[in-house]
Amino acid sequence: MKSVSKLLAADGGHENWIPLLDTAAKEVFQLMLSCRLTTSATSDETKLNVTAMVGLAGQLCGVLSVRCNQKAAALMTSKMLGVARDRVGSEVADALGEVCNMVAGNFKNKIPGLAEGCMLSPPTVITGSDYDLHSMSHSPAVEIRMLFESMPIVISLDIHG
Amino acid sequence: MSIRALIVDDSSVMRKIVERSLRQAGIDLSDVFQAGNGAEALGVLRDSKVDLILCDINMPVMDGLEFIKQLPGVENANGVPVVMITTEGSESHVVQALSCGARGYIRKPFTPEQVKEHVVPVLAGKS
Repeated sequence: MKSVSKLLAADGGHENWIPLLDTAAKEVFQLMLSCRLTTSATSDETKLNVTAMVGLAGQLCGVLSVRCNQKAAALMTSKMLGVARDRVGSEVADALGEVCNMVAGNFKNKIPGLAEGCMLSPPTVITGSDYDLHSMSHSPAVEIRMLFESMPIVISLDIHG
Repeated sequence: MSIRALIVDDSSVMRKIVERSLRQAGIDLSDVFQAGNGAEALGVLRDSKVDLILCDINMPVMDGLEFIKQLPGVENANGVPVVMITTEGSESHVVQALSCGARGYIRKPFTPEQVKEHVVPVLAGKS
């Protein structure tokens, strides 16, 4: 079994994963929400108060998170379900969790050897922005900033080993 | 032909998306049963007959592979085709699902066209 360090080395480092994460996210939004994500250089992260997280375990251990604001999460839900935004209710957390799950799955399927050796956890969704996330590892994170219908989304892969 | 479908996924949003994709694919659904995991799905099959099962793999309580392994012992599931719909995209997962009795495999994310492409031949008995 390849270790993550070998996977990273084989791929020339985690920087090479950024375009894969970008493509994985764009494909999910294109296919499941029928809309295009655009890459954004910056975003106001203080207003991103909905966070979905999926754990990865196996050859790659870490957490993939998708952060956005409530309005973006509700719009994603309405687009996924094909209903008006004012008809969206309790499904928002479920929908954002599924988006995160699909981005994580699509991402790992793009890295040779990783689809077989990396399992995904069920999604966890946190609402609110007044929290700090502490990781016991000091490994690098892969992060992309996107715009969804002009609203910011940050997708991060925190690598634990 | 009108069919009865059982959709098994721990996400209620995904169950609704799968149902909508089936309808968009032109599949006439007379009844749609839903279950949040394999154990719930076995409970549904104790009371109801279906013509098609669409099933996720990663689910709590009982995952999709364990669920389809148990189907041969379920009277209402005899001969009912199962199509997996999952984020697990590895060849080993596909081989494992097919060897457990699945007749099709759709990777998330997917389009209604992909659902049609995989489900219609299965319903027609061509897969």
